[in-house]
Amino acid sequence: MLVIGADSRLGRSVVEALRAQSRVRSVAGADGADASGSPAIARLIAEADPDTVIHLGLEPRPSLAGGRAAMKERNVIGTMQVLAACSKAPGVKRLVVKSSGAVYGCAPRDPALFAEDTPPHQPPTSGYGKDVAEAEGYVRGFARRRPDVAVSVLRFAPFTGPGVASPLLDYLTMPVVPTVLGYDPRLQFVHIDDAVRALVLAAIGAHPGTYNVAGDGAMLLSQIARRLGRPTFPVVSFGSGLFGALIRRAGIADFTPDQVALVRYGRVLDTTRLKERLGWVPTHTTADALRAHAEAIGLKPVVPGWTKGY
Amino acid sequence: MLEDWEDRAARGLAFLRRRLNGEYEVDEFGFDPDLNDSVLMNVLRPLYEKYFRVQVSGIENVPAVGGALIVANHSGTVPVDALMTQVALLDHHPARRHLRMLAADLVFTLPFIGELSRKMGHTLACNPDAERLLRGGEVVAVFPEGFKGVGKPFSQRYRLQRFGRGGFVSAALRTGVPIIPVSIVGAEEIYPKIADLKPLARLLGLPYFPLTPTFPLLGPLGLLPLPTKWHIAFGEPIPTSGYDASAADDPMLVFDLTDQVRETIQDTLYRLLLQRRSVFF
Repeated sequence: MLVIGADSRLGRSVVEALRAQSRVRSVAGADGADASGSPAIARLIAEADPDTVIHLGLEPRPSLAGGRAAMKERNVIGTMQVLAACSKAPGVKRLVVKSSGAVYGCAPRDPALFAEDTPPHQPPTSGYGKDVAEAEGYVRGFARRRPDVAVSVLRFAPFTGPGVASPLLDYLTMPVVPTVLGYDPRLQFVHIDDAVRALVLAAIGAHPGTYNVAGDGAMLLSQIARRLGRPTFPVVSFGSGLFGALIRRAGIADFTPDQVALVRYGRVLDTTRLKERLGWVPTHTTADALRAHAEAIGLKPVVPGWTKGY
Repeated sequence: MLEDWEDRAARGLAFLRRRLNGEYEVDEFGFDPDLNDSVLMNVLRPLYEKYFRVQVSGIENVPAVGGALIVANHSGTVPVDALMTQVALLDHHPARRHLRMLAADLVFTLPFIGELSRKMGHTLACNPDAERLLRGGEVVAVFPEGFKGVGKPFSQRYRLQRFGRGGFVSAALRTGVPIIPVSIVGAEEIYPKIADLKPLARLLGLPYFPLTPTFPLLGPLGLLPLPTKWHIAFGEPIPTSGYDASAADDPMLVFDLTDQVRETIQDTLYRLLLQRRSVFF
């Protein structure tokens, strides 16, 4: 098995979990950045000759990828390189791709829950969501060309848990959380352990298809802020520009426009298919996942005694 | 008397503490029963009891457990009828059932209103949401006339408009829940819409901009609805569980059932109007 993007928090845990599986003979890892360099990844796949490739290389944070242009390069071109290398490797029987719920975009006219075949009302037109949508398009193309490979695409809700960092979590743990006046979005999280378990299930079985991965239930932004002991500060926002700029000014560099849309309209995923077909049982609900994260980073309420905890 | 007040104060404080700590549950649709039952319904209740003096009949037709689809006529320029039906079911049904409304997409694009609407348990009027709620055993309400109904001119009152494309019937057929036709009398006269300022509506992105005898002539005072006397009649359930799985995709059956529901509501409306003594009493 080959894990691409093994240098990330998720990648390390996936490699570890796969090594603990008795059915897995060997696990090799590659850095996410390698994927965009064609010869490196092609050579790696040719040399390792894996039967399973797990592609975790999609990177949502422009600052970690070296700017938006480099991020797009890494996400889209990187995925194309991986797919090209896989199509040259006859030994590959399974491909698992980490995707994101960001492909659904978010708009007020969408159904309350996104199922895997829900057509998004406003598909993402920029940023990470667009990268992921394009990458998924190439993955579908690969699945058509190589029907002998079981291709699973896992669309994740935002991660939480020990060691996880993301602009969304940074935003939610600000001392005062700015919100968009007049909106209270529903948000959903998945605990990193549950995410790893879903990836392992997809990697060791053959489950072609697209699957949503998220903790059960949803929480309102206002409720999250109260549980974390954070006062909210509603900001009048006509477009996404001003609000996003405010939060980026506050030090969260990667709070991109798709994050702004998320904290305005929210997004909830339907995980029925993953549970039915892969037998995935999450150990954390959305609320548990958030609590686990707050405990892991030792978050203190801003006003002492305001909340019991999380 | 004093104990009663102490009780209330204690309940109020417990509510405030829950709200401050976020110790309440919200479902996947954003429904916040704690806020809905403790605050939002209390705001609507005086309107229901004192202002419109709503009379309810046939509420036993709504099952105490399990899913049901309530289909009602829609009117009144501002969809107050939906909210009053919600109060009726919570206050007068023996099982105190929550009504989950299917609302137009416009509602969810508006700030504040979209947020409140979700917290009251409403969601977007689309088949995936309707079927998910019905499968979950909820009572769902749909107003198939939509904006054609709410925004119809005063001269058209109590005349049902086209019943959408019958999406609500296929949702009921797919989930096998009964359809309960509901006729609402009184709501059609609260804001007599005598004209529609179409250019202004287009400018504001609204489906219509109503002119009533008092609005916008009297300014904010014109926003006060007329204190009509209401009657909400829950009709006999129409079962849908006897059909096979492909029934929802049979357009003839869907049309027939849609017509049956529509005619039941229209007939009941005419019957109730005949019995009514006056619009206001």
